[in-house]
Amino acid sequence: MVSPSVMRRRGSHLGASVLRPDGGPKAKGEFAFSSDMWMDGMLWGRTLRSPYPAALIKGIDVSPALAIPGVRAVISAQDVPGRKTFGLERADQPVFASDVVRYHGEPVAAVAADHPDTARRAAAAIRVDYEPLEPLVVAEAAINAPAIHPDGNVFRHIVIRTGDPTAVGDVVVEGTYEVGMQDQAFMGPESGLAVPSLDGGVDLYVATQWLHADRDQIAESLAMDPRMVRVSLAGVGGAFGGREDVSLQIHACLLALRSGRPVKMVYGRDESFFGHVHRHPAKMWYRHHANRDGELVNVEARIVLDGGAYLSSSNAVISNAVCFAAGPYRLANAKVEGWAARTNNPPCGAMRGFGAVQVCYGHEAQMDKLAAELGMDPVQFRLKNVLRRNDKMITGQVIKGTAPVEEVIRAAVSHPLPVPLDSSAEMMSLPGGAGMTADISDVRRGVGVAVGFKNLAYSEGYDDFTTARIRLDLSPQGEPVATVVIATAEVGQGFVTLASQIVRDLLGVDQVVLAPAGTEDIGSAGSSSASRQTWMSGGAIEHVCMMLRDSLLERAAGELDCPSSDLIMRDGEVSRESTAQRVSMTSLLAAGPLQAEHEFHHAKTQPLGVDGQGDAMLSLMFAAHRAVVDVDPDLGLVRVVQVTTGQDVGKALNPVQVTGQIEGGIAQGIGLAVMEEIVLDEGRVRNPSFTDYLIPTALDVPEVAATLIEEPEPGAPFGAKGVGEPPTISSGPAVAAAIRAATGLDVTRVPVRPQDLALRR
Amino acid sequence: MRVARPRTISEALSALDDNPGSQLLAGGTDFCVEVNYGHRRPEGVVCLRRVAELRDFEVGEGKVRIGAGTTYTEMVKRLSGVLPALAAAARTVGSPQIRNAGTLGGNVATASPAGDTLPLLAALDAEVVLVSSKARRVVPLNELITGVKTTTIGPGEMVAEVVVPRISGPQHFLKVGTRNAMVISIASAAVVVDLQAQVVRCGLGSVGPVPIRASRAEEMISEAIDWDDLSAPRAALERFGDLAAEAARPITDHRSTADYRKRAVAVIAARAMRRSLTRVT
Repeated sequence: MVSPSVMRRRGSHLGASVLRPDGGPKAKGEFAFSSDMWMDGMLWGRTLRSPYPAALIKGIDVSPALAIPGVRAVISAQDVPGRKTFGLERADQPVFASDVVRYHGEPVAAVAADHPDTARRAAAAIRVDYEPLEPLVVAEAAINAPAIHPDGNVFRHIVIRTGDPTAVGDVVVEGTYEVGMQDQAFMGPESGLAVPSLDGGVDLYVATQWLHADRDQIAESLAMDPRMVRVSLAGVGGAFGGREDVSLQIHACLLALRSGRPVKMVYGRDESFFGHVHRHPAKMWYRHHANRDGELVNVEARIVLDGGAYLSSSNAVISNAVCFAAGPYRLANAKVEGWAARTNNPPCGAMRGFGAVQVCYGHEAQMDKLAAELGMDPVQFRLKNVLRRNDKMITGQVIKGTAPVEEVIRAAVSHPLPVPLDSSAEMMSLPGGAGMTADISDVRRGVGVAVGFKNLAYSEGYDDFTTARIRLDLSPQGEPVATVVIATAEVGQGFVTLASQIVRDLLGVDQVVLAPAGTEDIGSAGSSSASRQTWMSGGAIEHVCMMLRDSLLERAAGELDCPSSDLIMRDGEVSRESTAQRVSMTSLLAAGPLQAEHEFHHAKTQPLGVDGQGDAMLSLMFAAHRAVVDVDPDLGLVRVVQVTTGQDVGKALNPVQVTGQIEGGIAQGIGLAVMEEIVLDEGRVRNPSFTDYLIPTALDVPEVAATLIEEPEPGAPFGAKGVGEPPTISSGPAVAAAIRAATGLDVTRVPVRPQDLALRR
Repeated sequence: MRVARPRTISEALSALDDNPGSQLLAGGTDFCVEVNYGHRRPEGVVCLRRVAELRDFEVGEGKVRIGAGTTYTEMVKRLSGVLPALAAAARTVGSPQIRNAGTLGGNVATASPAGDTLPLLAALDAEVVLVSSKARRVVPLNELITGVKTTTIGPGEMVAEVVVPRISGPQHFLKVGTRNAMVISIASAAVVVDLQAQVVRCGLGSVGPVPIRASRAEEMISEAIDWDDLSAPRAALERFGDLAAEAARPITDHRSTADYRKRAVAVIAARAMRRSLTRVT
């Protein structure tokens, strides 16, 4: 539910709740997703994957597949002409496994055939001689185990030390916490269409988060000039980090080039679970110290993330995990040690919240424990310790931007509580839902609060820039049209809406066209991740608009024969205050179109130095959540009744879209808290389907009330912070806290399984 | 692949005879998933959706006959008066789209341990009418389902209807899953109170390879109930749950653990019984 304050602004400009152009088509099933693409004469690609989490490959015989009529190409590692590996941070992952497989579902070969079923049968006909190995599946054990990859088993080990890490408080609490493996579970499975081009290159239409990163990795493996690889965005059905890494991109291009035909690949739902990285499972140990009066003294933590078989973005995820490990609290002393380790589990990488989610379960459970030990109210205890502007993080970075931590907490807890449980409650609204398992007397209610934070954009010195170009021209009807060329991946976040809002606002042009996003005609926009596109792509568009304004003012100055400093531009026309002269944009553009391009970089950040110290973050985003849950303790079933939140958004440029991110992010957050988990058994994925990988349904998603805290962020375009990730960070920990409150049990693992509650009573 | 779209049962049976490798397709809510996942590749399908006579049902004096093609949605809409626990079980199945497609006959013939209608059908000693072009036979459910997804349905045979006794008295179905809707059962229980015969029937689901009757629990509680006012002591309810759990033979899999399933079945059997009573003493 949308709180009324969010809907107040109307119109089409920044700050208005403009509806997204693809909303209607998506709701009606008319939107073309990447899996809907079709081309005459196209083939269907299919991937053969390892059934083992660890095995040696003694031989691959593709001849039985090639013998099947209708099969046009079969490829394996030996057919990769260029670099045999790929990867976001370092290319440590084989395009196809050649001599060893390191996870269940690792690609071994691929085929292209006339019909998808022929392709499926052909892939199954490939004979692979595996010698299964004992899989390495425990991350802590992997750190010192014999290497399962030439790069070793430790992706990254980071230690943050600040103040006196041996400081001891009056009150000390300790705990260990565990987070299971969550999946992004986007609705649109991986899919793409690769088309060989006449110049010997390839065109790929694909659902992705970062077109240029895909292009560069494809080109490396094809041993091709990147300009010969043109990657265009196809309709994306959700991403949440799961489309940052390459999935079928290289395979589809190889098959297209080998067969000389367009090749379409679409993963089924089961294959999708093997086709992308997941959220890192975490094991965390914490010891928190506080003074009698409730002041935090020291946080000690050890965090081990299971990175799975290949690096993906593990190095950045563990960096986030340790940097945010103590939560948004003031601390003089801390020692946080983190490892991301390689195992034979499925590779883990980016997912909404990116390392901040896992540690939030730890630090917030600890804060509640400390509050209980101190006899303090958990909200008051947090308020006493919150970070504020100009405070130092445990990395030594002084927060120069806004830090309305107190405000988000107060907002989250100030929403009215839901109606109390009473006998009028419908049975279907109780824990167990449609299963009708509980009567009112079986249910207990609990309330919990949690706070989280995370950085916006890439950190540690990474320069994740965005390029944008805008052309101002007259339509055949003589009206001004702005065409925006930018490679930003619209993955559902609403950038297409926002881009138009910015151009309309700054140039006063009603007609704004977004050219299809692709690599051919423009530089990188960076990834649609890290809550960064409003800042980065929004900033790039803002900058180009200002360049065009200057050009328009110059033209007008020439026409009116006055200095351009005498002129102002408003609502699509230039006027001179002193003489009330006006020139419309139409007449200014009659002299010819205007075009401007800009590569927008954010302020530089620094690497983490000695003791994990450094100004590594661009900007911080904060949110707090209060969860109300009903629990049936005898069955261990949970119903999340309500989640209220305060979120630091800087400035809400499109409040309805912000609220959409908040509601969706909360659904994903509570999913991890109570049901979402990839179940592994010795490295094997046991539940690669929506039958068994459970995500919240309409009956599982609670009432949501959100307050947007608008304190414009200095240095941010329009003062706006990103909003996509914070809803997913502390919503789940708030639910865990509420379950503890309802049951009195010490919930230390998420997702909370029914047996974790019911069998401990 | 050969596709037959018969309009009558006899046309369906001839199509089966003509193409012995064919698979009967009712709602397809299990079968089509298996095809999509490449687990099954039938040589042909016989589509039953157009066979109107499979969707008939008849509420008689002593018996209720339910056509195999009756969908879960129809069970919810049309049988909630006479078989409220069947309607409740049907309501727990999947999403509205799945309930519009899936059928009672499909649930019986698929014989999944997690089949949501099966605990109640077991409790009612349901009889399943099987027809082929040669014969019609009536098989008790507990003889029809022999193991995990295995039945005694022969080649050329199909489920035509399910027959259950009409019993007057409260009945309840409870199902445990890790989500509040659209979830596969990890334990379920159906309780039927027969006021005339003064006996309680109890069927359990997802806690064994086949639907289980909790016979000792039934006997114990039938003795313990004060049939004059339909009350029972609290201790008897707990004992009922414990005996139901003893009857269960659950496994540990990726959905849950055997220990939890036993606990869950004890709790929901006792609650189903509690709801069936007017008073707990």
